[in-house]
Amino acid sequence: MIFLTRRATFSASHYYWNPSWTEEKNHQVFGRCANRNGHGHNYTLEVTVAGDVDPVTGFVVDLKWLREVIEREVLASWDHRNLNLDVPEFVATESAATIPTTENLAIAAWKRLEPAITAVGGAQLSRIRVYETPEIFAEYKGEA
Amino acid sequence: MRASFGRRYSISASHRLHTEALSVEENCVTYGKCNNPNGHGHNYVVEVLVGGEVNPESGMVVDMVALDEAVRTKVIGRFDHTNLNLDPVFQDRVPTTENLCRAVFLLLRNALPAGELEHVRVEETENNFFEYYGEL
Repeated sequence: MIFLTRRATFSASHYYWNPSWTEEKNHQVFGRCANRNGHGHNYTLEVTVAGDVDPVTGFVVDLKWLREVIEREVLASWDHRNLNLDVPEFVATESAATIPTTENLAIAAWKRLEPAITAVGGAQLSRIRVYETPEIFAEYKGEA
Repeated sequence: MRASFGRRYSISASHRLHTEALSVEENCVTYGKCNNPNGHGHNYVVEVLVGGEVNPESGMVVDMVALDEAVRTKVIGRFDHTNLNLDPVFQDRVPTTENLCRAVFLLLRNALPAGELEHVRVEETENNFFEYYGEL
């Protein structure tokens, strides 16, 4: 089995706010990330797929196809957007929110990509890494 | 839902690779220019990966500020701008990056504010790095 990784970048804004907490607690837990006017990052998304090398093509998957899947399933919805307002996974209700932390972005990217990659057969999604900055990242391997 | 949070830190330190278990010539052959008697230094990158449940209220595996404080107290404050050969942890072993990686893992393993330490990766230069996952 070979593990193949494709990187992509996207730029987005966000802020961290739990609507079921007081303003004071939000600022205490999230610090500068709780600024209600938001802030932004240049994110790097790493998508790792695992599979056997096709004896004819020498590919695990076609990288061009993988780029198109990432573009269609993730970047088209996330790039140059406000994650809290434009991305359904992270739009808060009055009492609850999935906060667009790096951890939750990794999980959300997995949920968007896994069905499309599995549907084609041949390779499985193995790992998602999302870098918020070069020094901060989260990863998700599909665990419950 | 279980995920992992990773963070990268830097440490600048000097070291000399040398062991009393080998002769002068053997040290020179084994460690090459890393055996230079007066030592040399690196800008190390220390990557820490913490795994755990994503807290449903905060969306976080571990609070980054608390993690930074733990790493600063246990690792950065100890090794940054020091001579690794003089640290107690290297009195019985050579300060190779393998041993530094393991030392960082053992210092942090029980010091995290939340989650479990999944791996420590230490990059000595852009072209070489070492990872430790605990005893597998």
